Amino acid sequence: MLALNETWYLVLAAMIFTIGAVGLLTRKNPLVMFMCVELMLNAVNLTFVTFSKALDDIAGQAIVFFVMVVAAAEVVVGLGIIVAIMRRRQGANADDISLMRG
Amino acid sequence: MRVEMFTFLLTAAICLAGSAGVVLLRNPVHNALSLVATLFGVAVLFIQQGAYFLAAIQVIVYAGAIVILFLFVIMLLGVDKAEGLDRDPILGQRPAAIAAAVAILGLSLTALLSVGSRVTGQASTLAAIDGSEPNINALAKVLFTDYVFAFEITSVLLTVAVVGAVVLSRKAGPAIDAAEFPEGTTADLLQAKHDAAAVEQGVLEEVATEDETPEGEAETAEEALR
Repeated sequence: MLALNETWYLVLAAMIFTIGAVGLLTRKNPLVMFMCVELMLNAVNLTFVTFSKALDDIAGQAIVFFVMVVAAAEVVVGLGIIVAIMRRRQGANADDISLMRG
Repeated sequence: MRVEMFTFLLTAAICLAGSAGVVLLRNPVHNALSLVATLFGVAVLFIQQGAYFLAAIQVIVYAGAIVILFLFVIMLLGVDKAEGLDRDPILGQRPAAIAAAVAILGLSLTALLSVGSRVTGQASTLAAIDGSEPNINALAKVLFTDYVFAFEITSVLLTVAVVGAVVLSRKAGPAIDAAEFPEGTTADLLQAKHDAAAVEQGVLEEVATEDETPEGEAETAEEALR
């Protein structure tokens, strides 16, 4: 049986990241796009923790902590923006939000 | 080893199914619940690699707070109607996305699998994880010494985010003039709806008067016959 090493984790993280990127590029509901961003952030967190284990360095986990804080702040502000837009235009999707187009 | 492998494979399947659900399912509520599955799977993988504190934070903050926030906004806005992948207004968006996916996955898998199971890079000597210290103690030590400046900046960031969210979600007062946004504003929509209702009512009244007229004519005709 194949041994479980860090490559397995990294391949899984790459797959989750790719799925998140595809969702971000194809979906148009801004909420779902945000969820895809969360997927990508989680994939990168998994990579950080894997390297933290592989290189025996706790700093990787400290960086994951900071990534989580930034993700929480990003979700709060992003959802605030989405609520503000949706109040103005019901059922808006990402293609409708072109007010700042030059 | 066999148990670890089994746990990893099961968790990886849950993670991949959940992330596929986030992208493919049509209902935003289902997307959020699929995201929860993925987050729990990643938390299990954190535990498997000894990051116990981060696993707890993952469950509490991500699955417990962020996804609940998503669900709250979905329910608040009432956007839980189906919106799938069937519409494609930008020409070539989907082929471009597939090309990007192939590029990302191909590059990372090539980089990962070409080196085998080696991790290039040096093992840490300063912040090594030794088994004698609990994970949370080691993390706190490095967080409050080496990264204390970043930690303080983090608190500033959270404050800014809270203030920004309050400013954004505040109900627009009289300071914003509806006339400044002529296209597609709520006022316009309401006015259009009101006009449509008025026109419809007018049509109904017309129909009603038309209905009455033949009867009246018939009555006069009957009277004339008498």
